[in-house]
Amino acid sequence: MKRYVAKRLLLVIPTVLGLVTLVFFLVHMIPGDPVEVMLGETAQDADKEQLRRDLGLDRPVAEQYVRFLGGLTAGNLGRSFFYRKPVAEVIMERVPATVELAIAGMIIAVLIALPLGIVSALKQHTVVDHGAMLLALLGVSMPNFWLGPLLIMGFAIAVPIFPVSGREGLASLVLPAITLGTALAAVLSRMTRASVLEVLREQYVTAARARGLPERRVILKHVLRNAMIPVVTIMGLQFGALLSGAIITETVFSWPGIGTLFIGAIQSRDYPLVQGCVLFISLAYVVVNLITDLVYAAIDPRIRYQ
Amino acid sequence: MRGLLGISGAVIIALLVLVAALASLIAPYDPADIDLEGELEPPSGDHPLGQDRLGRDILSRLIHGARVSILVGLVVTGISVAFGVLMGSLAGFAGGAIDNLIMRIVDVLLAFPGILLAIAITGVLGPSLFNVILALSVLGWVGFARLVRGQILSIREREFVLAARAVGAGPLRVIVRHLLPNVMGPVIVQATFGMAGVILAEASLSFLGLGPQDVPTWGAMLNEGADYLLFAPHLATYPGLAIMLTVLGFNFLGDGLRDRLDPKNR
Repeated sequence: MKRYVAKRLLLVIPTVLGLVTLVFFLVHMIPGDPVEVMLGETAQDADKEQLRRDLGLDRPVAEQYVRFLGGLTAGNLGRSFFYRKPVAEVIMERVPATVELAIAGMIIAVLIALPLGIVSALKQHTVVDHGAMLLALLGVSMPNFWLGPLLIMGFAIAVPIFPVSGREGLASLVLPAITLGTALAAVLSRMTRASVLEVLREQYVTAARARGLPERRVILKHVLRNAMIPVVTIMGLQFGALLSGAIITETVFSWPGIGTLFIGAIQSRDYPLVQGCVLFISLAYVVVNLITDLVYAAIDPRIRYQ
Repeated sequence: MRGLLGISGAVIIALLVLVAALASLIAPYDPADIDLEGELEPPSGDHPLGQDRLGRDILSRLIHGARVSILVGLVVTGISVAFGVLMGSLAGFAGGAIDNLIMRIVDVLLAFPGILLAIAITGVLGPSLFNVILALSVLGWVGFARLVRGQILSIREREFVLAARAVGAGPLRVIVRHLLPNVMGPVIVQATFGMAGVILAEASLSFLGLGPQDVPTWGAMLNEGADYLLFAPHLATYPGLAIMLTVLGFNFLGDGLRDRLDPKNR
């Protein structure tokens, strides 16, 4: 296990370094003069020079890169001009809202997907199975910027149970969480079905039945326990999809998380903040994937020895 | 039942491609024609799907919007397949340092969840058709490279490949004549699902205001409609349906093709 953990940790280093490098060069991809783009063409030369110096853009690219890396190791992501505060601070203020939304979306997805996937596997090739999988396909094809407005029309306007937008109280979380969770529910239910079907064919299941165990016990103790291992892994890996889905969902519902912060930063050409958001979201994703892999290896010894 | 879904997917896509190709001929109005008196009018005889905020005909805009979706889908998937197959076969066949380098690049690109990087690239470069295609292609090839590499690793030591090498076939010939034909099935299946993903991603970028600006797109129409859900729900309804049907069509077809081309899934 130790060797596996060490290997997995080592593999993260080049990925993170590559990621940071790409994010650094994002600002250098801006066509024309970034300072002019940020301040507008009518800006005073003195202001432009000031900003250029503040951003370190008057320095050679190599030096800027080293400074950027140095700043990162100290948790310094630069300053946002729009908020006039350190980028890290602005992002941290928005983290709780996004985490809350992501967890709620995950819960909704699991609540829908597990029963759906298990039932359709146990009733393979029946109407129930076909219906459930058609529903799952619909769910994957439903963009969340379309499901969101539909839910708003239905449950915030026609039948006003939930608020249209914003983040105030638990009621305001319901529609965004359903919007975010649906696509994941679709993916998870297909995964759950496939996994349960696979385990059902295992010899230990036949053996359990041969020993005369009641079917209920076979399913609960022998099938589901083993079938859930890959499903849990997929849940971890799909957390990234949830994060990027959150960008759109937050925009639809004006949810004050990192997604709306990121889109706002793009619109106001607040490039340090754009960089910070991209970096934060992707690093969160890398860390969650890492944890998922390690947990997977801990509960399933086969993985460690591959 | 599975076969039926695949066929219905193919029919949806064929119709859509036809609509996109003949857009100028079949659209009842010029999609940019403004008619301020028809502002937010609901569907009527003259305008079967109603009119938008500037009185533009929604049906005509939807028909022209199909062009952007199909064009972006085809171009991005085409680039992704070509580059991904090239990189994947290079990594799988060459192995060693080349394989390592390519796979590290793949790892880095996969470390950005979903369309985050595409949003960042179009956000920084500015919204345009070209930048949308660029941003989605930068990420699109990665999946194909991984797929092809994995497939090639699993078949390159098989007898028929060894036989070809034994009779003196060079690496290029082995890749093109013996390896690639055997990985094309899964690539075609993934490309079909890829089309669904790219069209959804383009619509997402357009929804966020990062898509092409001078032509109607479904994503941008949906975004505009989201402001009028209360008074004019038809603005958001039709582009939403169009996106969903298109993506569903490609997913149906992908499922159908996978059942056909991959006997393991039967």
